[in-house]
Amino acid sequence: MKHFEYVRPKTIADAIAAAAEPGAAYLASGTNLLDLMKGGITRPDRLVDVTRLPGLDRIEHLADGGIRIGALVRNADLAHDPDFVRSYPAIAEALLSGASAQLRNAATVGGNLLQRTRCGYFYDTASACNKRAPGTGCDARGGENRLHAVLGWSEACIATHPSDFCVPLVALDATVEIEGRAGRREMALEALHRLPGDTPERENMLEPGDLIVALRLPAEARAFAAHARYLKVRERTSYAFAVVSATAALRLEAGKIREARLALGGVAAKPWRPHQAEKLLAGASPDVPDFRRAAEAALADAKPSGDNLFKIELARRIIVRALTLAAAGTPARIAALPASPFASVSGALQDA
Amino acid sequence: MNLSISLTVNGVRRDVALSDPRVTLLDLLRERLHLTGTKKGCDRGQCGACTVLVDGRRINSCLALAISHDGADILTIEGIARGDQLHPVQAAFIAHDGFQCGFCTPGQIMSAIGLIEEAQAGDDPERVRECMSGNLCRCGAYAGITEAVLEAQQRLANANRRRSA
Repeated sequence: MKHFEYVRPKTIADAIAAAAEPGAAYLASGTNLLDLMKGGITRPDRLVDVTRLPGLDRIEHLADGGIRIGALVRNADLAHDPDFVRSYPAIAEALLSGASAQLRNAATVGGNLLQRTRCGYFYDTASACNKRAPGTGCDARGGENRLHAVLGWSEACIATHPSDFCVPLVALDATVEIEGRAGRREMALEALHRLPGDTPERENMLEPGDLIVALRLPAEARAFAAHARYLKVRERTSYAFAVVSATAALRLEAGKIREARLALGGVAAKPWRPHQAEKLLAGASPDVPDFRRAAEAALADAKPSGDNLFKIELARRIIVRALTLAAAGTPARIAALPASPFASVSGALQDA
Repeated sequence: MNLSISLTVNGVRRDVALSDPRVTLLDLLRERLHLTGTKKGCDRGQCGACTVLVDGRRINSCLALAISHDGADILTIEGIARGDQLHPVQAAFIAHDGFQCGFCTPGQIMSAIGLIEEAQAGDDPERVRECMSGNLCRCGAYAGITEAVLEAQQRLANANRRRSA
């Protein structure tokens, strides 16, 4: 690991000043960053430790019915907060389907949003990677790429965003609060992450020194609590990143879908929200033919970036299954195997 | 910046002068404090052999920067027995053959103690397996590990009941 300077500012303003310098990086828990630094993939000159900054570790209920989650809230604490689980069950299920209990105890909300891709060529410093070293090429294009992107990718980069947490967050219109050199601003989470285009090294809209301080969910997000699921296909049942995942959240009225929310994980460089498929579901019947039409629409622009044509049909089927599970109702308790397609839940057809 | 930190490790206060901010909590425990019970497996947060409790919560010590944990309370495998009396989780791992080569065992045991403290799994073996998925065992002693965790959890619950009765 390259040597670095370590600083631990006491205020957000000091943190921003310290992190705005070239070569600086924020350190929260470090579950992703330290791994990247050990591999020589990320080589910061200075780490700005934000773990002791005051006021960023709270879950607050807002007067407008929304919720504000501090950037330093640990994944496990959020996933096990009883009110949070009741109000946003798909988000809790996504959190519990990610990483391991040890990592969830350490990893923070803010850090999760800014995870780097798990593309093997990004991690292998002997490989060409436009994201790690702009202009060097992309060895994933002709390499082992069955797990790579099928939506929104470019010739420069076919990596995917690995977060589970972000998938239901995007579906439920989460926003992020950012403190920076120009003060505080907020942004829809859906707008935070960028598609690769010609600049895959620019993964999000943050400027030097910008610090995510909180995540917010609007009051309307609670309206989906009775019919909200996250479903994730992995290459092993637990402690693995998604091959493809989906969140489905429904508001049902008189046997019809009043409003639907959908998002996909593991398919693009950002959590992918197919708005056109959501529109098709509004007013539709909560059954498989309408779910399948929505799934077709969601993947209409998908194309394989390598040996991953299977992911397109897999994503359609995961959408149909997630919608079927959501329509059947959120279970009273999160399944023993969170988000697993192998968990037996009444009302779910295992071959849907 | 001063790189000296102070930790409580297994109930004892330890002041450590770090020569370098790159030291992980795992390397500090093993190389500076010579507590080699905590194992370095992958060193990248993938195997769980380095699991310790920090302020009562199980984490991967290989992905924790020591300097960032100044003031923390650390519990390692060396700190759980009382003299010659094994911790109930240690005893249960022996009773149920929860290991073969033993390399992953300190991490498994610390993870199991954390799991029992978290109280999310209940007596459901599927939930125990899921909540232990961050600890790999290349000998494949998983069946015994699950039984050991369930039994130790039961024993600790009974002991707590007796104490509060």
